Amino acid sequence: MTTATPAVSFAVTEEQRLLRATVRELVTARATSERVREVMLGDDGYDRDAWAELAQTGLTGLTIPERFGGAGASFAEVAIVIEEAGRRLLPVPLLSSAVLGTEAVLAAGTEQQCAALLPAVAEGATTLALAHLDQRGGLTSEPGVTARRDGGDWVLEGTAGYVVDGASADLVVTAAVSDDGLLLLVVPGESAGLARRPVEVLDLTRPMATLVYDGVRVGDDARLAADDAIVALHRALSAGVVAIACEQVGGASQMLEMTTAYARDRIQFGRAIGSFQAVKHRLAELLVQVESARSTAEHAARVLAEGDREELAIAAPMAKSYASEVFERASADGIQLHGGIGFTWEHDAHLYFKRAKATKLLLGSPSHHRALLAEVLGL
Amino acid sequence: MTMDERTLVTERIDKLLASHPPATTPEREFWGAQFDHGLAWVQHPEDFGGCGVSPRWQAEVDRRIVEAGGSVRNRYLNVLGIGMGAGTLMAHADEQRQRRMLRPMFTCEEIWCQLFSEPGAGSDLAALSTTAVKEGDTWIVNGQKVWTTLAHLATWGLLVARTDPDVPKHAGLTYFVVDMQADGVDVRPLYQITGEAEFNEVYFDDVRINDDMRVGEVGQGWAVAMTTLMNERVAIGSNVAPRGSGAIAHALEAWRQHGGDDPVARDQLLRYWVEAEAQRLTTIRAGEARKSGTPGPEGSTGKLHWADLNKAITAFTIDLLGAEGMTYPGGYEFTRPDETANRAESPHKAFLRARANSIEGGTSEIMKNILGERVLGLPGEPRVDKNVPWREVPRS
Repeated sequence: MTTATPAVSFAVTEEQRLLRATVRELVTARATSERVREVMLGDDGYDRDAWAELAQTGLTGLTIPERFGGAGASFAEVAIVIEEAGRRLLPVPLLSSAVLGTEAVLAAGTEQQCAALLPAVAEGATTLALAHLDQRGGLTSEPGVTARRDGGDWVLEGTAGYVVDGASADLVVTAAVSDDGLLLLVVPGESAGLARRPVEVLDLTRPMATLVYDGVRVGDDARLAADDAIVALHRALSAGVVAIACEQVGGASQMLEMTTAYARDRIQFGRAIGSFQAVKHRLAELLVQVESARSTAEHAARVLAEGDREELAIAAPMAKSYASEVFERASADGIQLHGGIGFTWEHDAHLYFKRAKATKLLLGSPSHHRALLAEVLGL
Repeated sequence: MTMDERTLVTERIDKLLASHPPATTPEREFWGAQFDHGLAWVQHPEDFGGCGVSPRWQAEVDRRIVEAGGSVRNRYLNVLGIGMGAGTLMAHADEQRQRRMLRPMFTCEEIWCQLFSEPGAGSDLAALSTTAVKEGDTWIVNGQKVWTTLAHLATWGLLVARTDPDVPKHAGLTYFVVDMQADGVDVRPLYQITGEAEFNEVYFDDVRINDDMRVGEVGQGWAVAMTTLMNERVAIGSNVAPRGSGAIAHALEAWRQHGGDDPVARDQLLRYWVEAEAQRLTTIRAGEARKSGTPGPEGSTGKLHWADLNKAITAFTIDLLGAEGMTYPGGYEFTRPDETANRAESPHKAFLRARANSIEGGTSEIMKNILGERVLGLPGEPRVDKNVPWREVPRS
């Protein structure tokens, strides 16, 4: 059992403060309620203008090393960008491309593969997705896709479910079982034999797709060959888990702020409803929870940035399980405290509520992560 | 500036440790020397136990002393004096009082207690009804205080009393230092839920206090008391314990000893482990933000979060004990502990003691009002006693 107290630092550098201010400004201008709704009901899959602006600002390839055209920053910076994007539900493939796909390529790709793939990702010209779950969304040692050698090529068959931004991604990093064990293969989204069916998602701001591989053929250079695919997949998923926790903190903070502002303005019985303790205390309890969730998410992001794998095995499931439940509660209480208006389509509360529920279940539920943690702690 | 402070503090510590090796110097003598070297509370001025640097250097001083085999347990033995009284005296008392009282406070030759709460004034502290009436140069005090830690050992008490009942409640209070050995002061043990008397009731029957023991102006007692209370809440909420210690350690032990295999209980245990760690990390984050001069809302949530969580975890631990949870090992001893009971102890006692966490130092309900109004900026409840003379406000 691990009782050692890690040396934690939450110190914020001047660059990080600046980064947050820059991103907040960009996201606030881009992700207006009108624009988010336009994108979520449109066919593009994500906000391409916003993505282009993020790319120009160097935010689409933050963790990509400079030699591959990226910013060479750490996950502490990614955490800031993701949190700020999460605040406004900015519909862009940060999680799928900048975190899951990029981390998988970085962890499993050879130097040449990284050099071939990542500059376009850093530029925002190419987006990545990660297909690793089976059709029913299960994460097992046997994903739903198989890869078989055919001459110098690989032929993929089967179905991958719940692929975030799977329909819009230019390249899909696909986990497939082969006679050589688990492989990670980079499959072009427009490959012959690949059918990408949008899932009817709860959270419209984050599209998912079911990917059906029917004899999809790729060359051997599509196989990410530098490292054990299981280890690489694990790394990518850990980063994804931490990124989601950061995004959830952003969403929960925004919901708390929106609801607090409403409680100050909304008058009933001749008083602002925030003056009633029934309302005030609920918001105070949320503040406590949101601040604690922020601590777990920031801690996990910094642990990831420092590459402390042992502590990450504690910090990541802790952050994901805690931030998930806090965001869910913040968004549910947000609807309740807004009263009737909070239940309407017109109000944004439901967008956060749906994002909270969907991210709670994405990459492992809170109880799943607590079970992982129990194993690490020997309980 | 910071480098200068580091040099100054380091030099002083070196000098103190050289002239008074902690391992061979009696505790009180060492604390006296620490005070004389300006290292008792570094933020206060020279000659008053400080050296006029940023308070954040205190942690460094304490670390060096402990490292050298010395003790900083005076902060604990005289928690109300050192933790709350010193700051209040420095901010509001006259220089003569400061010179007389601060050193023996720090050396624990004189223990202090805090005489604020009353049976009729808990959360609504400003409604208190202990009176002080002036006769010449002397104040005559009558009334009752309650929930008074360490009163039975105390030389001095920090007292807030009503000096004018005809003005609204906050305006009619005055702050005093009272001699706990004075005629008419009666300290009685207050037995609590654990069977121990950690606290006291204190009765005042025509107790005489000379006007020179007044702290702050007549009618300014509320502002002075706020200085004390702000120090108290910081002291309660800001201790950073190691990961997995405290209440959650009891829970883990109970889980292991009772061969935990219930998946529902395991999930709940993990939930509490995570939340305890989240609260701990938040305390660390708040401490760092304070040090870097950018404190945020995280600095105000600690007390509330810790109190409610500690209650929940200690209660859950008793559940994990099964039948043993129906016992109280050692029985109820009607004694006075010489330290406050928040230390390592049996899970049974911790379970009962934790009930006070959400009452002492500001109830959780009051803490939520404070967070709601001061941090989130929500409006207050309408106050029926506002601008009404204290005498005319209904009381239970």
